[in-house]
Amino acid sequence: MLRVQNLNAWYGASHVLQDICLDVEQGEIVCLIGRNGAGKTTTLKSIMGLIERTSGNVTFQGKELLGHPAHERFALGLAYIPEERRIVSGLSVRENLRLGLVSSPNRRREAELIDRTATIFPRLAERLDQTAITMSGGEQQMLAIARALISDPKLVMLDEPSEGIMPVLVDEMFELFQTLKKGGTTMLLVEQNVELALGVADRAYVVDQGTVVHHASAADLLADADIQERYCSV
Amino acid sequence: MWRAPLQGNSMAGLSLELIGLQLFAGLALGSVYVLLAIGLSLIFGMLTVVNFAHGAFFMLGAYVGLWLLSIGVNFWICLVAVPLIVGGFGLAVERVLIRPLYGRGIDYPLLLTFGLSYIIIELVRIVFGKSGYPVDTPALLQGAVDIGVGYFPLYRLFVMAVTGVILIGLWLFLERTSYGLIIRAGARDPQIVRVLGVNIARVWLMVFGLGCGIAGLGGLLAAPLQGVIPEMGGPILAEAFVVTVVGGMGSLLGAVLAGLLVGVVVSITSLFAPEMAKVAIFALMAVVLLIRPQGFFGRAGLMS
Ligand SMILES: Nc1ncnc2c1ncn2[C@@H]1O[C@H](COP(=O)(O)OP(=O)(O)O)[C@@H](O)[C@H]1O
Ligand SMILES: [Mg+2]
Repeated sequence: MLRVQNLNAWYGASHVLQDICLDVEQGEIVCLIGRNGAGKTTTLKSIMGLIERTSGNVTFQGKELLGHPAHERFALGLAYIPEERRIVSGLSVRENLRLGLVSSPNRRREAELIDRTATIFPRLAERLDQTAITMSGGEQQMLAIARALISDPKLVMLDEPSEGIMPVLVDEMFELFQTLKKGGTTMLLVEQNVELALGVADRAYVVDQGTVVHHASAADLLADADIQERYCSV
Repeated sequence: MWRAPLQGNSMAGLSLELIGLQLFAGLALGSVYVLLAIGLSLIFGMLTVVNFAHGAFFMLGAYVGLWLLSIGVNFWICLVAVPLIVGGFGLAVERVLIRPLYGRGIDYPLLLTFGLSYIIIELVRIVFGKSGYPVDTPALLQGAVDIGVGYFPLYRLFVMAVTGVILIGLWLFLERTSYGLIIRAGARDPQIVRVLGVNIARVWLMVFGLGCGIAGLGGLLAAPLQGVIPEMGGPILAEAFVVTVVGGMGSLLGAVLAGLLVGVVVSITSLFAPEMAKVAIFALMAVVLLIRPQGFFGRAGLMS
């Protein structure tokens, strides 16, 4: 579904990603793990079209992505949930959800889809007309996820969704990922919480210093204390 | 210039009625400030562009109106045509001149629009001449009406009413439409709006055009009050900047309230001490900035 070949990325003159290669198949949850500064966020941003200078080949369902702006990649079915919860603070929860639909063909079914979101995310249902900023960090993260899901994307990229969130909500979130997976959603997940992430993932790539250093099934990697120690301990 | 509209000659003339009338005159003056300031504020809030050409767009509105009236177009049609023409010019300016400067910091577009305003003024001088022209008040809007405290020029009431309509329209647009939602969200977090599928470059284009169109309308409305002259955008731009700073950069509500306040301050000051009217504006700004550096409704640290 998503094929990344020899992806390179730069911030100004600094060459941050070097020949990243990875694949995500339809219906899979694929996890990217690695230390802080390894290049995980930059990988997701490059796939979404938020890094100015990139090279290589990134195809999604056979279509080349590099060179196309972010909004066109959204139109192909890519969703990206950035690491700092990016809910729009001045807007209400409902407006944040509507924002997820402004460019989607789903826009015509707005009322129905907000109802659907409310059943999946009961915490948001109670707070639809509240200003988003009044919610806890975890609830804001749920809102960011809900906003991305409301347009029915084909591939969801999440950057450290559990970061700085109460454990109860983290469990809730990972249960949600299981449910989404059963429903056929494809995910590319960046997560520091390696055990939890490998618990839901099918496969994982280990990223270090801007390149993929290891690739294995989630189960194998979970059992491989050595690799975890070497590339994931903080 | 449209400064001290109803000046008292002696202290004996300073009745409550006169002050009441002067208050209204201030609100009318403030309406024109508001029309400039909301565009400035919208453009800054969304694009982080400080548009130094905004006064030139205001002046263009007055000249386009003058030209349309001179070829026999009726004033009511001008009311629609002028903002469309000036807004269209604004679109071209954003697309061709400003867009290449995004991401380079706030000073590039600032210098560009600063230079552009001189070019526009010079071109207008070449086409229309250096001296100004008076503009007749439309026949239907001549005369004065009794507003309780005395007779007040009908045309000024009309300027206030048009500003009110524009503000209500803009509010409905921003609060009730998807496009408005995109603008409100994009002003705070352009990246998330892009990721949600919005072509942000097009939104910036439209916002710039919208702001310029409203400035053009302001110029047209001001023309019968003060006449037209190529330099007319200069002082009003300075005043509109004071308004956006007092109201809070990027805040529309702030621009509206501060615009009216500045209008009233100018108007009342000119009643008591006409020579102080200009100083009063900047004194007001200094006081507001000392007490509340981000202005009435501004977000602190917006520029950092
Ligand atoms: N905006 C930026 N400008 C310059 N360098 C950056 C920027 N963002 C990240 N980097 C650098 O790029 C490298 C990869 O960062 P990132 O992709 O955020 O890593 P991760 O998400 O794995 O923690 C790091 O060395 C980081 O310092
Ligand atoms: Mg990161």
